[in-house]
Amino acid sequence: MALVEAVGVRKSFGHTEVLKGIDLEVERGEVVCLLGPSGAGKSTFLRCVNHLETIDAGRIWVDGVPVGFRSAGGKLYELREREAAHQRRDVGMVFQRFNLFPHRTALENIMEGPVQVLGRRKAEVGAEALALLERVGLAEKAGAYPAQLSGGQQQRVAIARALAMKPKLMLFDEPTSALDPELVGEVLDVMTSLARDGMTMIVVTHEIGFARSVADRVVFLVDGAVVETGTPSDVLDNPQQPRTQQFLAKVL
Amino acid sequence: MASDTRMNDVREELVVVPLRHPWRWISGAVVVLVIAGLGWAMSEAQIQWEDVPGFFTHPVMLEGLLNTIVLAVAAQGGAIVLGVVVALMRLSANPVARWFAVGYIWLFRGLPVLLQILIWFNLALVFQNISIPGLFSVPTNVVMTAFVAALLGLGLNESAYMAEIVRAGLSSVDEGQTEAAKSIGMTPLTTLRRVVLPQAMRVIIPPTGNNFINMIKGTSMASVIAFTELIHAANNISSRNLEIMETLFAAAAWYLVMVSLASIGQHYLERAYGPR
Repeated sequence: MALVEAVGVRKSFGHTEVLKGIDLEVERGEVVCLLGPSGAGKSTFLRCVNHLETIDAGRIWVDGVPVGFRSAGGKLYELREREAAHQRRDVGMVFQRFNLFPHRTALENIMEGPVQVLGRRKAEVGAEALALLERVGLAEKAGAYPAQLSGGQQQRVAIARALAMKPKLMLFDEPTSALDPELVGEVLDVMTSLARDGMTMIVVTHEIGFARSVADRVVFLVDGAVVETGTPSDVLDNPQQPRTQQFLAKVL
Repeated sequence: MASDTRMNDVREELVVVPLRHPWRWISGAVVVLVIAGLGWAMSEAQIQWEDVPGFFTHPVMLEGLLNTIVLAVAAQGGAIVLGVVVALMRLSANPVARWFAVGYIWLFRGLPVLLQILIWFNLALVFQNISIPGLFSVPTNVVMTAFVAALLGLGLNESAYMAEIVRAGLSSVDEGQTEAAKSIGMTPLTTLRRVVLPQAMRVIIPPTGNNFINMIKGTSMASVIAFTELIHAANNISSRNLEIMETLFAAAAWYLVMVSLASIGQHYLERAYGPR
């Protein structure tokens, strides 16, 4: 069974329907890039996968568990926020604006989840957190506060913070869109190595180059619906739909 | 010729005249004069200055001081706890909690503190017993001492203000912080305790310090129900010797001492929660 299964996902904000029935499957170890013009609903869909938004219709399963629900006796019970928090442990998320905790150091940011959420001991978590910092190339910044780091460094710490929870799935919501151009590469490098290590990833991005070289599959969204999906070479080099062709003509 | 002059300007060492500030000297002189005038007036006043230090350390005055401190700290402490709870209700998704909070703030912020103190103190006139049927029952005039009435009047009024301060503080923290906390699996309570409140403190502390200073002075209203805080203590002393101004000045000195200490404490608190 696929790690992520989304069926008929609909979502409205007020009278505006931003997701109009999204179907998507993501296999274990697969890297899927969501592309499309702004307002297409890419970020909203990603946030639904992590239950940061509720959905109005359809269903999303992560590892066979219905997101935002507990199933028992043939019924689905809507989760309390406290129970939803438990579900989110297995799904890491990286935000456009990093959202590091500004009152904690890089190392403390990474340790926060394992210590506060999983209740693990600081001593053993500290060693893991340092190893994660090393993995994103920031071992020497352990004691730095977010304000003392560049945007690219902050985003790499944010990735390490998500990884510290040992997630089954990583969601990236335009992880490089808030970065100065010269800092984009260092973040993409970390994401590329993560993909090579077999992490299942859903990435909302405008980095066509990254999608081409790292994604197993590209999903093109317009106005809350999937327009085209396939391998990067299919969708990016040989788009079949006029909306895809228009979009790629502008960004490539 | 003109260019010659400019060249000379550059080459020669010209005297630089710094900007003068005559108004600083003039206003300074005025202030010194006013203070000297006030000092002279005080020295001419018919007041027994030599008695003031004695009243400052008079046992009755010290009792009043202790009561003032206990009342102010207890009322403010209770108000902070209640204020956090009411602020959370005000921000809750639960509509019942939200409307309760709105009504609570409307009521306890809307009535004068003095009135609230008087109502609590006189509660025995209309309710002889405070009871929950079947659970307990106590005579109101036993429970509702002057201290309790003042504590309720000051504390509940302050809690309404604290609720608004805390709400402003919580709202000032970026929504992305809550989302990041959620994304690593934090429960709402842990998110509040570890992520939102520590960052809200920067916004919460300055007005809270301000309110605490108000609270110290506000305890003086408890004098109307004969609670022995500083002013009531001063009146107790002067009713025997008629040195009204001397005892009031001694009380005034204690207020300034307390307020100064509170300001210093606030400064260090702000620094502890300051930006990184």
